[in-house]
Amino acid sequence: MSDSRTDAAQGQTLTVRYFAWVREKVGCAEEVLEVPVGVATVGDLALWLAARGPQYADAFQRPGVVRAALDKVHVKPAAPIRGAQEVAFFPPVTGG
Amino acid sequence: MAARVQREAFDVTAEVSALTAGRSDIGSVVTFTGLVRGEADGRALRSLTLEHYPDMTEAELLRIDAEARDRFGLLGSLVVHRYGEFEPGDAIVLVVTLSRHRHSAFEAAEFLMDYLKSRAPFWKKEAFADGSERWVDARESDGSALARWTASATQK
Repeated sequence: MSDSRTDAAQGQTLTVRYFAWVREKVGCAEEVLEVPVGVATVGDLALWLAARGPQYADAFQRPGVVRAALDKVHVKPAAPIRGAQEVAFFPPVTGG
Repeated sequence: MAARVQREAFDVTAEVSALTAGRSDIGSVVTFTGLVRGEADGRALRSLTLEHYPDMTEAELLRIDAEARDRFGLLGSLVVHRYGEFEPGDAIVLVVTLSRHRHSAFEAAEFLMDYLKSRAPFWKKEAFADGSERWVDARESDGSALARWTASATQK
């Protein structure tokens, strides 16, 4: 985990959005939460969500499958969430 | 250079006319249209639903479009991607590329489709004639198609 003094995002309000089967498994399209202690990156948040209940565990159970975007730009799990307004979790895209 | 996300159908001829009107520098126009196939893995498809991430979709399509313009020196381009529920035979994606000579227009159209398939935030759900439904899995080949362009950038 990252340096808590420089990357701390705790207490920050974040909109979390879910798409496709991640949305169906979680059971909602969007929620607003306060970033908990110890969550500094998108990957940290995914782990924290996965421990939140059976439906979240089901959505996030396969590590590396669920993708993320931060303020509508694709990011890797290591991306820091400090200062972000919105994070989204979704399956690999299948457009075109 | 433009990208649109819409529910409505598009008219390929009208789009091309709008892009080429009053111009004499364009020597090549390539269009690609993607349609809904009526079967998947041998099963009859009833409908296909495309979900997307509003706002991010437009932004991502514009990023992809700008990348294609830089890379291939296009004189113009257009990406139109539809969302909503579709039936077999419906047109869901349109790519138009314009250039002086055909080679870059062909290449850019393929590049745009490869990028779009692996970057644009769309998800397909298939509904079958027997009543079952499933989310389409991302194809490994789409990732490999993208890697081809990344590799060619590294070699430059």
